Amino acid sequence: MAMKVEHEVHGRRKNRNYGVLILLLCFVGIVLGLTVVKVIQLGDARKFEATDHVARPQIIPEEGNE
Amino acid sequence: MSDISMQDSSYEANMGDYFALLKPRVMSLVVFTALVGLLVAPVPVHPFIGFVGILCIAVGAGASGALNMWWDADIDQLMKRTATRPIPSGRVEPGEALGIGLALSGFAIVLLALATNFLAASLLAFTIFFYAVVYSMYLKRSTPHNIVIGGAAGAFPPMIGWAVATGGVSIESVLMFALIFMWTPPHFWALALFVKSDYGRAGVPMLTETHGRDTTRRHVLIYTIALVPVALGLGLTSIGGPFYMAVAVVMNLWFLKGAIDISRRDDAACEADKHKVEINVFKVSLYYLFAHFLALLFEAALRQYGLGGW
Repeated sequence: MAMKVEHEVHGRRKNRNYGVLILLLCFVGIVLGLTVVKVIQLGDARKFEATDHVARPQIIPEEGNE
Repeated sequence: MSDISMQDSSYEANMGDYFALLKPRVMSLVVFTALVGLLVAPVPVHPFIGFVGILCIAVGAGASGALNMWWDADIDQLMKRTATRPIPSGRVEPGEALGIGLALSGFAIVLLALATNFLAASLLAFTIFFYAVVYSMYLKRSTPHNIVIGGAAGAFPPMIGWAVATGGVSIESVLMFALIFMWTPPHFWALALFVKSDYGRAGVPMLTETHGRDTTRRHVLIYTIALVPVALGLGLTSIGGPFYMAVAVVMNLWFLKGAIDISRRDDAACEADKHKVEINVFKVSLYYLFAHFLALLFEAALRQYGLGGW
């Protein structure tokens, strides 16, 4: 059975599909923007590593080193 | 199924139909009051975080609107004002509205929790629950006081905006909530007095129809009197100031005078001047809310320059 490349549903749902595309792009933009803002607000980028909930001795500043 | 939906069985819903599910006009009021709540808070918020916070509150409010339209589709098609909504007119399937409402609620709450804090997200979740379940499913069809208690849903946004900035609840945010909460009944009943509604046909109890128009007029006055101390009390908190107080005194006198005028009228007087006083008071009630929140915003702007406040 040959598949029609341009099905009539494509035309019918064009508005909806583009709408969903725009919404998804906005969502990606928001998540990216939030990530950038939140990481910059940390000040010290090493704190970012601390958010994985696992003890990381190498990111804890040693006495006298700072 | 209505005639329209039978005719339009091949109709393909477009984005505009889905957007209409979110009640854009209600959303604009939510955005305004939430934004004021966020901006008057004493804690500065990063502009992008603030933007995402307001967006989440708006989308959450829209989602609860979609859930309301899904639940109320049966009575919406009986009333002239609501018969053109996406579901009763057959442009959107009820199941789609339910899906959109639930999905957007989830997105808005989770994103607000991640972007700001859990208190703001919890308040948003409670607001959606309150509007979609407590108001739509229970209060609306069971008591003429539906609008009084249901008004709480519309009163939460400035409190959520405040929580986005501060991560807490305080006397200021509670009074902003109380201002909208106490304002909703006289505002809505003034409208109910001059709009020919068909709530009766849909079986929705409205004070004008269950207890009569005279009782409604008295209620407008009582609730307006109860509103005054809330509005003035807000002016005494840290977000108030002389400018807000001046605006509040003028607006409260104006609104109170209108409510007294309404309470002194009867149906004959209303018919005679085609509800002129009621229409006027309804407009005043709109100015009233905008003036109070704009005054709060102005006080916050003055504080930037060391002015404003007490």
